[in-house]
Amino acid sequence: MLLLTCPHCGIDADETELAPGGEAHLTRHGPGATDDDFESYLFLRDNPRGVHLERWRHANGCGKWFIAARCTVSLEVFGTYPAQTARPPQHVLDAIEAKRPGATRKLPVMEGAR
Amino acid sequence: MSDATVLGAAQAEGFATVREVPAPGMIALKGDLSSPALAEAVRAVTGCAVPGLRRIEAAGPACAGWMAPDEVLLIVQRGDVPAALATIAERLSGAHHLAADVSDMRAVFRLEGAGAREALAKLAPVDLAPGAFEPGELRRTRLAQVPAAFWMEEGGITLVCFRSVARYAFDLLAGAAAPGGAVGHFA
Ligand SMILES: [Zn+2]
Repeated sequence: MLLLTCPHCGIDADETELAPGGEAHLTRHGPGATDDDFESYLFLRDNPRGVHLERWRHANGCGKWFIAARCTVSLEVFGTYPAQTARPPQHVLDAIEAKRPGATRKLPVMEGAR
Repeated sequence: MSDATVLGAAQAEGFATVREVPAPGMIALKGDLSSPALAEAVRAVTGCAVPGLRRIEAAGPACAGWMAPDEVLLIVQRGDVPAALATIAERLSGAHHLAADVSDMRAVFRLEGAGAREALAKLAPVDLAPGAFEPGELRRTRLAQVPAAFWMEEGGITLVCFRSVARYAFDLLAGAAAPGGAVGHFA
């Protein structure tokens, strides 16, 4: 059972209050995109063993989307943040690095920041 | 306007009392909760300040509850809803907002008696211990399989859910409060 703190309403929400939304920070490729980009946007997902950024909606709560940074192996949660951002905030990156040195550089969303 | 009750004011007696109560007038108001114009509209309609995070303000029977970062629930007398909507439209004209009469969207229940906290705690993933949940807080969550919201007032708990699941919610609450089912967790 996961407990994630909703950054919009502050509740430590039990997983049963939440709806999962899959991998976060996807780049949306729409009309005019190459077939490869469109395919990757629609179908191809990262499935890491370790640090993962994923979307959740506080469905049985305030209704808002947020993103959780957690470890898929230990289920440790490094932080949560509102979904209205293209990148994880620095305090979340710092929390990940403190526990998993080097892990943030491997996050797909941070590839452009290398 | 439909009947204000769904189950004909159904009632169940157990270690807590569960009863359906007539739905009051309810207005969902979405907009910028930090704007002075919205605060004026909320004050004009309910007499309440804009509630802070997860809070519910009360002024007599009228209430204003925090539902989301951009939404408040305004509770007024059922007959006052049309005038309230007109007041909101006037105070917020020109500002992006949405105000909807949701009175007929919901069923409303009351849980009363010493076992009210415990009966509800069986159904919602919320810490309902005295001190952890107190009057003044509005909690949106789930009741077993359906969304619900509740707050404490006048020695009991008021709970709202969608009208379409009123029977399910009542049966859940009645079952959780059934005679012999008391655990004494908060005793
Ligand atoms: Zn929330």
